[in-house]
Amino acid sequence: MARSSPRPWLFKNISAKIAALPMIFTTLVVFVGGTAWTVIYSFTDSKLLPRLNFVGLEQYERLWRTSRWVVSIENLMLYGVFALIFTISIGFLLAVLLDQKIRFEDTFRTIMLYPFALSFIVTGLVWQWILNPDFGLQSIVQSLGWESFEFNPLYDQDIVMYGLLIAGLWQGTGFVMCLMLAGLRGIDEDIWKATAIDGIPRWKTYLVVVIPMMRPVFITTLVIVAAGIIKLYDLVIAQTSGGPGNASQVPAMYVYDYMFTAQNLGQGLAASTMMLLTVMIVLIPWAYLEFGGKKHG
Amino acid sequence: MKTTSLAVALAASVALPAMATDLEVTHWWTSGGEAAAVAELAKAFDASGDHWIDGAIAGSGGTARPIMISRITGGDPMGATQFNHGQQAQELVEAGLMQDLTAVAEAGNWRETINPIALLDACTIDGRIYCAPVNIHSPEWLWLNNSVYENLGIPVPQNWDEFVASADQVRAAGIVPLALGNQPWQSSLAFGAIQIAVAGIDAWRAVNVDKDMEVAAGPIFAEVFQAAADARELAVGSNVQDWNQATNMVITGTAAAQIMGDWAQGEFAVAEKVAGVDYTCLPGLGLNAYLSTGGDAFYFPVNSDPEITAAQERLAAILVAPETQVAFNLKKGSLPIRGDVDLSAANDCMRKGLAVLEAGNLVPGGDMVWTPDTQTQTGDLMVEFWMSDMTPEDAQARWVEILSND
Repeated sequence: MARSSPRPWLFKNISAKIAALPMIFTTLVVFVGGTAWTVIYSFTDSKLLPRLNFVGLEQYERLWRTSRWVVSIENLMLYGVFALIFTISIGFLLAVLLDQKIRFEDTFRTIMLYPFALSFIVTGLVWQWILNPDFGLQSIVQSLGWESFEFNPLYDQDIVMYGLLIAGLWQGTGFVMCLMLAGLRGIDEDIWKATAIDGIPRWKTYLVVVIPMMRPVFITTLVIVAAGIIKLYDLVIAQTSGGPGNASQVPAMYVYDYMFTAQNLGQGLAASTMMLLTVMIVLIPWAYLEFGGKKHG
Repeated sequence: MKTTSLAVALAASVALPAMATDLEVTHWWTSGGEAAAVAELAKAFDASGDHWIDGAIAGSGGTARPIMISRITGGDPMGATQFNHGQQAQELVEAGLMQDLTAVAEAGNWRETINPIALLDACTIDGRIYCAPVNIHSPEWLWLNNSVYENLGIPVPQNWDEFVASADQVRAAGIVPLALGNQPWQSSLAFGAIQIAVAGIDAWRAVNVDKDMEVAAGPIFAEVFQAAADARELAVGSNVQDWNQATNMVITGTAAAQIMGDWAQGEFAVAEKVAGVDYTCLPGLGLNAYLSTGGDAFYFPVNSDPEITAAQERLAAILVAPETQVAFNLKKGSLPIRGDVDLSAANDCMRKGLAVLEAGNLVPGGDMVWTPDTQTQTGDLMVEFWMSDMTPEDAQARWVEILSND
């Protein structure tokens, strides 16, 4: 009888579903709703206050004609590629070194992870001072006698992004190391015994056995690091404020400046929609790899 | 209703006020001279029995304005807030988020006393007054350190052309000819000053007021961009961020000159330098002595609490009062918004400025003629121009493109 059967998909685990309601509500209203609002208003000519006067793709055309935005995107790609490669490779290397059952592992782990406890603002300010040519590294090395030593990335338009990268890596690798270490600890001890019996050297075991087994950890790390890169903002604000000139501008700064300082909401929202698109490009393949595969396996 | 409450408010402020109201005032006056000036406003307001809660936001207007706007639009309005009057707050006024001050203005006879009247016009939208102007900013000043030139044995330049001509000698002595902070607004300001000084009033008006793009793309403005390229050359070697650090380079003699607004005078005053003796100031860079009538004004966000509304009206009246004007502008180095105040204590630079005001050589400021959007884009262009080797011709072409989209 159709009537006597309770709809199981709705009433199964009813208390769990009720408990999840606030989060579902937040997701729908804040995330999905806010995103939709952003995308819709990016097609309008809103200035300081939002208004629904559609102008088609005009904001996007202007966006891609603006040299500052193009520079921002180039900077982000440069920073992104280097940050991804180095945080993950250095992070993994540190994790492997810590995994050698060394003494004082806890101490080392704390030291490595400590920079991550600092906000990007503090990191940026600290490195602004370290890289300041008059007070920091350069002047210290010069005062030690190496007069011609020159390392002045924050005031040189060509290499300013590397100055940011140093600070970003210092802050981020410790966290990646912890993720990787957790992954390494998840590898069964028997695997090591088996490879030892087969006479495979340790470094080769890491490369051909452990790394493939750690695929989920690598993918998660990749997504966390990539998302952090795309929303890069506070580090730049604290360290260079986008200077010298426009040489270290990043997309998030463009969004903020046009939304609030220029009082051109439409332009700012168009820029943030472009950022959303970039995040989607990173997230969708990940979601596919993570959740799409399970159906078959 | 409004007149009654105003009468009560005025009576209360004159007689013993029955209750003191706390009013949070946000502004971005944080350098030494500026902080001293704002303390004068607070003192005047506190003396009337209310209480000024200082909400200074460090950085510059570019940092502070977004915070102020998001507080007002987000439903957490402060008691009063500084803006540069003009289009910055216009949409907030149009959205009904700002207190109407027309009654206060009529009671204080603002229309008769405020000079130049353009300041009040910039506060007026549809016949209603929404802000209280407090000072006149004139950004078009060239500041020179006299001792630099005396040591080199050359006369102190009296205009921009002489300054450029003597720059090689200055550079040869190991001194940076032109100090310029790296923040975007400073290169915009320098460009604005060069614009009116080199182009002259007619060409300037044609572009900025009548929006004639043919003049903007024409030969007169090609000269302007060439002069800006000269300035770019002269500023090589000044690696500071804030404007007061750049001013400090001039004060200490590591740089010869700076293009900066009259607020630089506050820094010279703090360093105990005397205008005309230790330093020279040239309005309009000594070429065309025109000053723009931009300035600071206080806006009063609409509030649901009638007590705060009354206190806001009391503060508006105090800000424009002649006594407050004198005390404030002497510290700030800017010019007062009314002609009927006693400025016998004024120094050389302020007298030069007053003479320009007297002659009516005034032009509207960038905030009044261009939208913030256009100004941000021009600022971005200027930063790029100043930090790269972009040719003056390219810069001019892109400038015209930005302006024609305003």
